[in-house]
Amino acid sequence: MTIVNDIRSILKDHGRLSVDTATLAEDADLYQAGLTSHASVNVMLALEGQFDVEFPDRMLKRGVFGSIASIRDAIAELTAA
Amino acid sequence: MKNDARIKIAQRIGSEVAAKHAADVDKNARFPTEAIEALKQEKLLSALVPTELGGMGMEIAELTALCTALGQHCAATAMVFAMHQIQVACIVRHGLGSPYFRSYCQALVEKQMLIASVTSEVGVGGDTRSSVCAVEVADGRFTLNKDATTISYGAHADDLLVTCRRDANAARSDQVMVLLRKGQFQLEQSSQWDTLGMRGTCSPGFKLTSSGAAEQIVPGAFADSSSQTMVPYSHILWSGLWLGIATDAVARAANFVRADARRNPGVTPPTALRLAEVSNTLQLMRSNVQAVSRECEELQKSAEGNESLLTIGFALKMNNLKISSSTLMVQVVHQSLLICGIMGYKNDSKFSLGRHLRDSHSAQLMVGNDRIYAKSASMLLVYKDE
Repeated sequence: MTIVNDIRSILKDHGRLSVDTATLAEDADLYQAGLTSHASVNVMLALEGQFDVEFPDRMLKRGVFGSIASIRDAIAELTAA
Repeated sequence: MKNDARIKIAQRIGSEVAAKHAADVDKNARFPTEAIEALKQEKLLSALVPTELGGMGMEIAELTALCTALGQHCAATAMVFAMHQIQVACIVRHGLGSPYFRSYCQALVEKQMLIASVTSEVGVGGDTRSSVCAVEVADGRFTLNKDATTISYGAHADDLLVTCRRDANAARSDQVMVLLRKGQFQLEQSSQWDTLGMRGTCSPGFKLTSSGAAEQIVPGAFADSSSQTMVPYSHILWSGLWLGIATDAVARAANFVRADARRNPGVTPPTALRLAEVSNTLQLMRSNVQAVSRECEELQKSAEGNESLLTIGFALKMNNLKISSSTLMVQVVHQSLLICGIMGYKNDSKFSLGRHLRDSHSAQLMVGNDRIYAKSASMLLVYKDE
């Protein structure tokens, strides 16, 4: 699961979370783990750069960036097309 | 009751009650007791409560018009009214899954409690999406203490709606809202409220201590109710009352120009050109407030629309509304002052614009526009405006 590892690494560098991203459950709530809206923008930018994708505006909402799993699904959707 | 009937009631309260006391409220920085009492008499403090719970089921576009009507006469009255409605909106739109909050809404209809907001806090630097304090629950009871930098009409409110961290271990941004009922909290005033304008909102700092039943915690995360309700209702209703201030400033300028024109029929006074100019700015402001308010009302009607209130695109739109209304209002009042000249500058003239000017300057500071610009700047790095 290299996508998930990349997501974890980006969250570690840009998420400013209060927990260890390496052991965070894939369905854990990132906002409860301390992700702020400002930090989430930096996470989005890093994800766009890493995966060479652009999140469409419809995806730019809290729910999509709420957990490692939901980010993975969004990346999968964008890279499958 | 038809919609325009309710706006007429607000206009009447504005012109007959709020206007009468506005100068005294401003001069003595005192709470607009008379106008708020009149609004209670008309059951307008529960305007947003759904009809099945006894309220009016009013929607945001009409409520915005009510704020404008009050803002034309007393900005402090309109601001207190708007801030109360923002709290009611959070409860009505996020709390009604809970029997406690349903019954609270019924009590609100009957008793017209005034609700103040406690979002500010020492140590968060003005960011409402961060809290230091936490609600602590044990055996079905909570305790909650907060050092608030400002609580508008705190000493005059019946109940309080307070933001805080979900529990003692939660991150600063992991917040919930707690409703405190009269008798459950103590406020110790920690600063004064002697300001340039908006003096009647009586908004000093307070140290809050409270306890109550755990069911008084609003269900869900404040992150969602903030994006879907508190931020849009704040920016739209504030813009509505700012439009009222601007409208009255232009009305005074227009009266001045007409009086001038009547003295010399056949010659258009030079100030008429400036009136044409300010009328243009006022229309720009009005169109923006009404359009965004109607759009928000439409979006609230569907599940998909409500979901879109959580997007960056909608947040940007709210930020832009707040920045443009707060900026245009100051322009409009200033342009009106140039038209009225010394008669606008005098405090004892019917063309006086001193209070409008002072009140209007609060708008760019209450949630500072630079803070909002910084958030927009960050969001625009990922927003594509497709």
